[in-house]
Amino acid sequence: MNIHIPTPLRTYTAGAETVTVPGTTVAEVFTNLTSQYPDLKQQLFSNEGKLRSFVNVYLNDEDLRYLPEKEATSVAAADELTIIPSIAGGTDRPGKGASRKNSSSRNTPCCSCCPLL
Amino acid sequence: MLHIDYANYESLRAHGEETYPHECCGVLLGKSNADGNHVQQIVRAGNTRTDSAHNRYNIAPQELVKIQRQARGLGLDIVGFYHSHPDHPAQWSPTDFAEAHWIGCSYVITAVEEGKAAITNSFLLSGTSEEDKKFEDQPIEIEVAEQVSQQKGQA
Ligand SMILES: [Zn+2]
Repeated sequence: MNIHIPTPLRTYTAGAETVTVPGTTVAEVFTNLTSQYPDLKQQLFSNEGKLRSFVNVYLNDEDLRYLPEKEATSVAAADELTIIPSIAGGTDRPGKGASRKNSSSRNTPCCSCCPLL
Repeated sequence: MLHIDYANYESLRAHGEETYPHECCGVLLGKSNADGNHVQQIVRAGNTRTDSAHNRYNIAPQELVKIQRQARGLGLDIVGFYHSHPDHPAQWSPTDFAEAHWIGCSYVITAVEEGKAAITNSFLLSGTSEEDKKFEDQPIEIEVAEQVSQQKGQA
């Protein structure tokens, strides 16, 4: 089956965006992928062998985490696997009205790491 | 260096004004080479953090899968991302850093002050892994369509 590799991990697939790997389950495909491209292993998996939390894997349009059989899900040659690290962030700034310029009564901190705490 | 044409640059800044006081976010498609990341197209994304949209952004992975597919169809790659900081400086935050995982990509941040786009900065996520990644200041080169205007001038 074809696996689509995100830009940062193409360093480990010799620049390839799409790699073709055999396997009948997602787990098998991952095993074959990381034996074909050994350096991918520590990028994708923790030392305990679990998929890193920020690495999303989609089987066609389904999130692997929400598939009932997860890694044991069987795959066909025509299926596609997409590896996609997450995109998120934040400023830890509190809501409008609480910025330093006009901070008055509404400086409710948003979280424990908020600089206003 | 981040290379971006003026129209796309203005468009990503305008996105931050439109979503103010919430954070906007989007994806930069293009090509990267030794000279840096070259943006050829930007894709606006929805911020899924409706619970805390003024200080958080998140692009749904499902949407990213679609955007990556779109890039592939265009022969382009995801070379970076952008988001806005409503009433907050155009500098990455500890959360931005902790949640940045696309090594080699540009993270563009626009400060939006009282609804107006102010400074836009780019940061390159460099390193080789989660353990040694870091943000580096990345100069932005805004490409004005000089050749087009020259051609017009000669016509
Ligand atoms: Zn941010």
